[in-house]
Amino acid sequence: MSPSDSWGRFPRVEQRTRSLVWRSDALPKVDGPVLPHGLGRSYGDSCLNAGGTLLLTPGLDRLIDFDAATGVVRCEAGVSLDTLLRLCVPRGWFLPVTPGTKFVTVGGAIANDVHGKNHHRAGTFGRHVRRFELLRSDGSRRMCAPDENPDWFGATIGGLGLTGLITWAEVQLAPIRNPFVMQETVPFDNLDGFLRVSAESEADHDFTMSWVDCLARGKKLGRGLFYRGNFAPSQFERLPLAKSHLSHGTGLAVPMDLPGFCLNRLSVSAFNFLYYHRQRGRPSRQLVHYDPFFYPLDSVYGWNRIYGSRGFLQFQCVVPHATARDALKELLERSARGGLPSFLSVLKTFGDLPSPGWMSFPRPGFTLALDFANRGEKTWRLVEELDRVTREAGGAVYPAKDARMSPESFAAYFPQRDRFAAYIDPAFSSSFWRRVNPVSLPMPSLEGRGDSAVPPASLLALR
Amino acid sequence: MKKVIILGATSAIAQATVRLLAARGASLYLVGRNAENLEAVARDAATRGAPKVEFRALDLNDCDAHASLVERAWQALGGLDGAVLAHGVLGDQDASQRSWAAAEVVLRTNFLSAASLLTELANRFEAQKAGTLVVISSVAGDRGRQSNYVYGASKGALTVFLQGLRNRLAKSGVAVVTVKPGFVDTPMTAHVPKNKLFATPEQVAKGLLRAADGRKNEVYVPGFWALIMLIIRSIPEPVFKRMKL
Ligand SMILES: Cc1cc2nc3c(=O)[nH]c(=O)nc-3n(C[C@H](O)[C@H](O)[C@H](O)COP(=O)(O)OP(=O)(O)OC[C@H]3O[C@@H](n4cnc5c(N)ncnc54)[C@H](O)[C@@H]3O)c2cc1C
Ligand SMILES: NC(=O)c1ccc[n+]([C@@H]2O[C@H](COP(=O)([O-])OP(=O)(O)OC[C@H]3O[C@@H](n4cnc5c(N)ncnc54)[C@H](OP(=O)(O)O)[C@@H]3O)[C@@H](O)[C@H]2O)c1
Repeated sequence: MSPSDSWGRFPRVEQRTRSLVWRSDALPKVDGPVLPHGLGRSYGDSCLNAGGTLLLTPGLDRLIDFDAATGVVRCEAGVSLDTLLRLCVPRGWFLPVTPGTKFVTVGGAIANDVHGKNHHRAGTFGRHVRRFELLRSDGSRRMCAPDENPDWFGATIGGLGLTGLITWAEVQLAPIRNPFVMQETVPFDNLDGFLRVSAESEADHDFTMSWVDCLARGKKLGRGLFYRGNFAPSQFERLPLAKSHLSHGTGLAVPMDLPGFCLNRLSVSAFNFLYYHRQRGRPSRQLVHYDPFFYPLDSVYGWNRIYGSRGFLQFQCVVPHATARDALKELLERSARGGLPSFLSVLKTFGDLPSPGWMSFPRPGFTLALDFANRGEKTWRLVEELDRVTREAGGAVYPAKDARMSPESFAAYFPQRDRFAAYIDPAFSSSFWRRVNPVSLPMPSLEGRGDSAVPPASLLALR
Repeated sequence: MKKVIILGATSAIAQATVRLLAARGASLYLVGRNAENLEAVARDAATRGAPKVEFRALDLNDCDAHASLVERAWQALGGLDGAVLAHGVLGDQDASQRSWAAAEVVLRTNFLSAASLLTELANRFEAQKAGTLVVISSVAGDRGRQSNYVYGASKGALTVFLQGLRNRLAKSGVAVVTVKPGFVDTPMTAHVPKNKLFATPEQVAKGLLRAADGRKNEVYVPGFWALIMLIIRSIPEPVFKRMKL
């Protein structure tokens, strides 16, 4: 991927890059702000640094230790979840939490405090991080753990890469007995149907997630398919763990940008219609390898290119239980109306397990993820509207997937923002951070910090 | 190769090779200059499955230390059946033209220290009538060019040394494998703008091990460099000397 954009390929910015090589090295001295950059699987601008320098971490990809008895793995921050799976699955361990792609780094998973299909059971990735080292631009190195520098631990988990560079981390994995998931698919007719199946499923299933037909309207609004599953029961234990890695280097690839007409209203409708009716209205059970279960999109490498060169905008929000029904209804209605509908729409419950991260996005309620091909102004306005609906419902929008939220929204979604700002490394910044903290907003903690903070005026100039 | 000494183990290409060897279950003895970085490579290899990994920090330009180094590695792994020589410096052609001291470091690192290590290793492998010596030379050694002839000379000398050694050891069943990478995206070329000709260290490591497994003589990695260098070698000197290369 070219380093000038993120996974959504929107926006595009001018920035420099420096590859990091050794975890013991000092941070490179450069002009302007720096920002760590893992595998660039964030959408929007949270992993971009217009006018500054990205510190590319994929060279920090060494394993340090793995204890197959306890499932504790220690590795450099640029190690990908894919590498960890190859290491740990054959020995009976799995990621405690995984996002919908395995091509993210451990550092990126911490900085966005990522969540997976088991949020209602396991919480966020940050809950399973035992400790990590944080390298700051002043050369200091801090060990961060729940009982050691807990404030730095809390600021850095979900800290958007702004508190310094995570050089290595130690993660507690989860035991598995085989690499297969018993998956059940349950169709639901509308939003109430989703809420019902969801409530029924959470107690007995580690993993849940729903696909929503974003074109269905009226009484069918919010219809879709509910996926729930657990790692396969003990009668499947004899299935070989050792040969358990499936989809690597194989499968499809999208080699170039598809022209815009490939993705029009008609093709989105057809996809959603076929997808829903494939199920023929009946629940079904099936034993599947973990790879297609957790990472259906990874088998089409570079799938983001189906949106063409203008890229796309993701939108993911969470709304609290109290307002969920009305808010989800409005969000779905608006996105179905808004011109070009969302290609993939995902709905899931967030549980109430708290994260150690101050700026962590997940919170109790329902989370909805949508993606829209970038058609300029019109798409941006739609996403801004969805942002407003979310804020009015008392919810929050996920920075890792955002390109449009307003400074006011950001302040409302992340009440610990000021406390967090005091822990930002003065040499670090991102396009996202500058966008949601324009100079006109008071940033009280900047003054109180007493170190060589970059004055906000120059931050804005770099935008 | 089950018991392998890696010289210049902190090099990007060497690290990628170490990973592949570790996954195959080889025992490793790693040598480089920086102890902290060597330890990082060693732990990575051990975690990826190498049954035994030891390391030693040493400036390989200290040729007097080579005999005892190889002896230590031999003791640590209970013999050796493979060696990978990866240490090297690109140097700065301008500096090398201005000062002999700068040029000498390049020649010493890339040629003299390698020749000294190979003498030590070859004698042991010849005596046991087994083993594989894998040495990273470079396409730059195929023809001298004004833009980097000091580096090129060091690699060209190395390539010729290896040809003679291969000739000598053929009857003993010892393989001598010369690996000539083209451009590789590593810290050595961090300052060079990248283009389509650049390979990754992983690609080179794969090609290197494929050549070692097949007991090849000289290989270009990626293979298309064989064609490029054929063309470059075949330009007549009267024409070549006027070219901007
Ligand atoms: C197909 C797909 C599915 C996804 N599904 C989910 C999902 O289910 N749940 C979810 O939560 N997210 C999901 N995501 C988003 C993705 O998991 C996050 O954006 C993740 O943080 C990306 O990691 P990365 O290594 O690519 O980091 P980047 O995107 O490169 O960077 C992300 C952030 O991490 C910081 N960072 C990276 N490395 C370090 C370091 N060493 N030290 C300090 N900061 C660092 C960066 O500065 C940046 O702020 C999905 C993304 C895709 C493409
Ligand atoms: N990159 C290319 O484009 C390219 C092309 C053709 C051939 N090659 C060859 O490939 C080999 C590996 O290089 P690379 O690309 O992987 O570059 P690299 O990452 O820069 O590795 C070079 C290594 O050599 C080590 N070294 C240098 N002098 C040493 C000494 N006196 N004693 C011990 N170690 C020493 C360095 O150790 P420190 O870390 O301590 O400095 C470093 O680890 C080299 O022989 C190079 O000439 C490279």
